[in-house]
Amino acid sequence: MQPFSRHTGLVFPLDRVNVDTDQMVPKQFLKLQTKQGFGRVLFYDWRYLPGEKPNPDFILNWPRYKGASIMLARANCGCGSSREHAPWALADYGFRVIIAPSYADIFYNNCFKNGILPVTLAENQVDELFKLAESEEGYKLTVDLPSQTISDAHGLSYKFEIGEFRKRVLLEGLDDIGLTLKHEADITAYEQAKHPHATIYEAVDSKYSARR
Amino acid sequence: MIPRTMYRKIWDAHVVREAPGEPSLIYIDRHLVHEGTSPQAFAGLKAAGRTVRRPDLAFAVMDHSVPTKNRNLPILDEAAAGQLEALARNCREFSITLFDMFSRNQGIVHIIGPELGITQPGQTIVCGDSHTSTHGAFGTLAFGIGTSEVEHVLATQCLSQYESKTMNIVVNGKRSKGVSAKDIILAIIGKIGIAGGTSRVVEYSGEAIRALSMDGRMTVCNMSIEGGARAGMIAPDDTTFAYMEGRPFVPRGKAFQEAVEGWRALATDPGAAFDGTVTLDASKLAPQVTWGTNPGMVTGVTGRVPDPASFHDPDDQKAVARALEYMGLKPGTPLVDIPVDRVFIGSCTNSRLNDLRAAARVVAGKHISKDLKEALVVPGSMTIKAKAESEGLDKIFRDAGFEWRDAGCSMCIAMNPDVLPPGERSASTSNRNFEGRQGKDSRTHLVSPIMAAAAAIAGHFVDVREWNVDAVE
Ligand code: SF4
Repeated sequence: MQPFSRHTGLVFPLDRVNVDTDQMVPKQFLKLQTKQGFGRVLFYDWRYLPGEKPNPDFILNWPRYKGASIMLARANCGCGSSREHAPWALADYGFRVIIAPSYADIFYNNCFKNGILPVTLAENQVDELFKLAESEEGYKLTVDLPSQTISDAHGLSYKFEIGEFRKRVLLEGLDDIGLTLKHEADITAYEQAKHPHATIYEAVDSKYSARR
Repeated sequence: MIPRTMYRKIWDAHVVREAPGEPSLIYIDRHLVHEGTSPQAFAGLKAAGRTVRRPDLAFAVMDHSVPTKNRNLPILDEAAAGQLEALARNCREFSITLFDMFSRNQGIVHIIGPELGITQPGQTIVCGDSHTSTHGAFGTLAFGIGTSEVEHVLATQCLSQYESKTMNIVVNGKRSKGVSAKDIILAIIGKIGIAGGTSRVVEYSGEAIRALSMDGRMTVCNMSIEGGARAGMIAPDDTTFAYMEGRPFVPRGKAFQEAVEGWRALATDPGAAFDGTVTLDASKLAPQVTWGTNPGMVTGVTGRVPDPASFHDPDDQKAVARALEYMGLKPGTPLVDIPVDRVFIGSCTNSRLNDLRAAARVVAGKHISKDLKEALVVPGSMTIKAKAESEGLDKIFRDAGFEWRDAGCSMCIAMNPDVLPPGERSASTSNRNFEGRQGKDSRTHLVSPIMAAAAAIAGHFVDVREWNVDAVE
């Protein structure tokens, strides 16, 4: 996984509550089989008019937010579907950081798996950032994970909380599966003690079974 | 001993490893897989040279993109066909049980798990799908995960998890006629909000929950995620055991009796502490209808479309104004005056046998409104379809002007050809009314199966209680 330590970037203020993952990546794009190329379809229905013409009303299309890499959003960001296509699309588009007062659980978790840092700040701090990003063209923030701070060029500085373990995994870009496989002995011990199984007692109409 | 919640008991029984400052490693008993969120997980596994640790604990099904008619014809959508092929290829390669599009047991992943007895009390169940919470109706810890975690479970049969907070939602009282499990959960979401359960595992309890059939309990747990909750669960009881007995993956005879003893002990101990409690009186509930673009934007059918100005929070005012614009609704409009273009009875929320029976009772001997463009009944599984047909429900629906389809997610997510066209309005028994969910610029109103059935007949929403139908789930 791509490690994250410190990032400075242009802020894109998406002033909506409950931005759900259906909006980030509509279902017609869930049929693809790779993780690549989702940046093009990020916020598809909001971003494009028929024929994939950019919708001038959607602020991601405004020239001043071109190249943004920090997304500012309102409460309950990423609610709804578990689709990891949402963080794939955000990352592929170029977003490295999201800042919001709160997140839906699955989305929050999915961000970390894709090298995106979801920063949680208080409502009033997020409010302040919205004002700054909307009033000052080219408004940038620097997000520093080791010191857990967000700062701008004018001296604003906010501290944010993040779990120690999540922080370490992101800083070092650790592979979750690799980490778990180090505990192979524990997993085997659990299986020997508990005998997890799925015994079948009556035939079902299925294929390819590996029933033990 | 310290009294424990059911969640805590299941959690404790599945801890593989704990270390200070780290998430716990939790063992996963059942991993459900579908075509939509798994191809990248299998690809990742192969790229890393890893294998599936316990293919015998994984179950795969084709549901999201499958057509609901003419399955013998080639699928024209190449991306959908490719994804279905990929699932078959991955299951073959890793020896994972697959219910493909032609299986007699095929259906929506959250329908067939319980139906086949794959889902059992006390288990941990995950799936790359947020409505995995459905399985919690059996006293199971079941939750949705992302594709990276799908890959993680395939490789290790474990997940790194932090323990969640808990919430007890107590539903007292007796429902009136025409008020269903769907109305209970919609009212709960309306009350706690769509983020009210964030980071929490919800246990539903109380007289009105106990009175529900398993079909109704699954409807309630299904929509836990729409209240933001990590999972929802209901303690198993005699209703649960009666439902389970004799299903293909459920132990028989003496082994079943022994299993039941263990399952009874899962219930939350008296005096166990929850991190929060919410209560609701089912006897005061009217059938619910959503008017906005998330499931918390809901009110009783006797209500009206709200005025954005009536909300306190400026963010809510903006969100409501935007929702009404999207939905093409004016504040103050009585819900019963809203006409519908299409009706969809289906999805993992409401496509089980009791749902279809209830809807069939409403439409029997009547015909759908001539203003309706389409009315679909999509059973949750091919097993449900067959059972419904043996009861003659298909005939009732067809005679009333409904289409009777094969099982799948269908118009709940519109990844197959069942799409709600732009600007059209549906009465839908599914679980999400997000912008574009049933098709770009489509307008979704979430309701119970009997409310959907009544809307199909009337051509607009109606207070189904006036139709004097039996209380149903
Ligand atoms: S029926 Fe709808 S909510 Fe349920 S699994 Fe399918 S797409 Fe998801």
